[in-house]
Amino acid sequence: MWTWFHKLASPPHFYRIAGKLTPWFGWTALLLIVAALYGGLVLAPPDYQQGDAFRIIYVHAPSAWMSLFIYVTMAVAAAIGLIWRMKLAHAVAASAAPVGASFTFAALVTGALWGQPMWGTWWVWDARLTSELILLFLYFGYMALRASIEDLQRADKASAVLAIVGVINVPIIHYSVIWWNTLHQASTVTKMGAPSISTSMLVPLLMMILGFNIYFFAVLLTRVRGEVLRRERNAGWIREGAQA
Amino acid sequence: MLTTAPAAIRPTSSLRAGRLLFVRDVLLAMRRWEHVADPLVFFVMVTTLFPLALSPQLSQLRDVAPGVLWVAALLSSLLAADSLLKSDSQDGTLEQYVLSGQPLTLLLLAKTAAHWILTGLPLVLISPLVAIALGAPTGALTTIMVGLALGTLTLSFLGAIGAALTIGLRRGSLLLSLLVMPLAMPLLIFGSRSAELAIAGESAAGPLYLLASLLVLAITLAPLTAAAAVRIGLD
Repeated sequence: MWTWFHKLASPPHFYRIAGKLTPWFGWTALLLIVAALYGGLVLAPPDYQQGDAFRIIYVHAPSAWMSLFIYVTMAVAAAIGLIWRMKLAHAVAASAAPVGASFTFAALVTGALWGQPMWGTWWVWDARLTSELILLFLYFGYMALRASIEDLQRADKASAVLAIVGVINVPIIHYSVIWWNTLHQASTVTKMGAPSISTSMLVPLLMMILGFNIYFFAVLLTRVRGEVLRRERNAGWIREGAQA
Repeated sequence: MLTTAPAAIRPTSSLRAGRLLFVRDVLLAMRRWEHVADPLVFFVMVTTLFPLALSPQLSQLRDVAPGVLWVAALLSSLLAADSLLKSDSQDGTLEQYVLSGQPLTLLLLAKTAAHWILTGLPLVLISPLVAIALGAPTGALTTIMVGLALGTLTLSFLGAIGAALTIGLRRGSLLLSLLVMPLAMPLLIFGSRSAELAIAGESAAGPLYLLASLLVLAITLAPLTAAAAVRIGLD
């Protein structure tokens, strides 16, 4: 297992594997997202309270899920980079941050669009909205720190420390904010016991979440390839590859 | 004193090193009073802005007093955190700490504690004046002070992480605020909630306990993190 791990960490090897995997992830994600859109926008019945407006959940909830998932991914990659001094893991963390920030932004925007007809206002200082906003600030802080350190090694390590501190803080922020104020509807999927959502609505949602996840992997692999090229631009294997 | 020379060969214990560093920092600051006064003046000035901007009526100010106190304390702490490691990193003293063989975590714990004594504690001590000026009843002052004491100490530890991450960076001070502010938001929630309950004349034990637990978390983890960040910054 460890040889596999170390082999994957070698940039040329990773570059090749990632190049092969990206189309698979990309096409699977596209299929899933298209199928889920059809299921969610056409097959699923309108909600008995919210009518057709609820359908934005198929973009909103997966984006919100991805915003957290990517932050954790980033922190885990950063920790691997710090502990095993694996340069590739730092490249993964660096590439994940802007994608995560984009999903966070998407979750906020779709939330505002959903809030306008449902709550009658674009924005409320509700717990979940606020913790999502703070998450966006955490992403910004991470990217700002990375951008302001010239030395790549130091930027990698310092931002890794920040990502780990942030991930410890995310639950604290989440619960403190919940305690502070809650208006948001309770989560429909992870509620204790049976989800309070009908199967015909739930299936497209789960497909969409899976599709978003796989899409993220496709984007991440592409971005990490770019990051590897940038970081290894003076390495021999790239010049050999370019000549061949 | 030559007679005590052999004692110098014996390695200094870690606790003694921490204590010496603490005393050194406090002494250095005592000799440059204006640096100690800066965050304090800033705190008082920011709290003065609110009556000017909102309304001079105490009944209205009383409603916003918890928020004003805590936002001003947060900003003042962030401003002060910039100076926590600055002079030591500029003159190379920080490198000597790393090379000294003493646990860097403990040294940073001592430094942060000294920093709080110089920047956080004066703020806590002056907070009753500010609170009364904002219309808080005298019965609420103890709770406000306890809350601010717990909160500013936690902020000093968070600031230590931020200061360690931004050692030697050009746009360090603004960046430090960007990094630390999201992390400090739970403090702001619990802190202003405790002040709000105290001003309403109710028991603020709940939020105060939560503030205390965040402080315990910060004391245990922040110096370790800051030490790791200092080592990265000096590489």
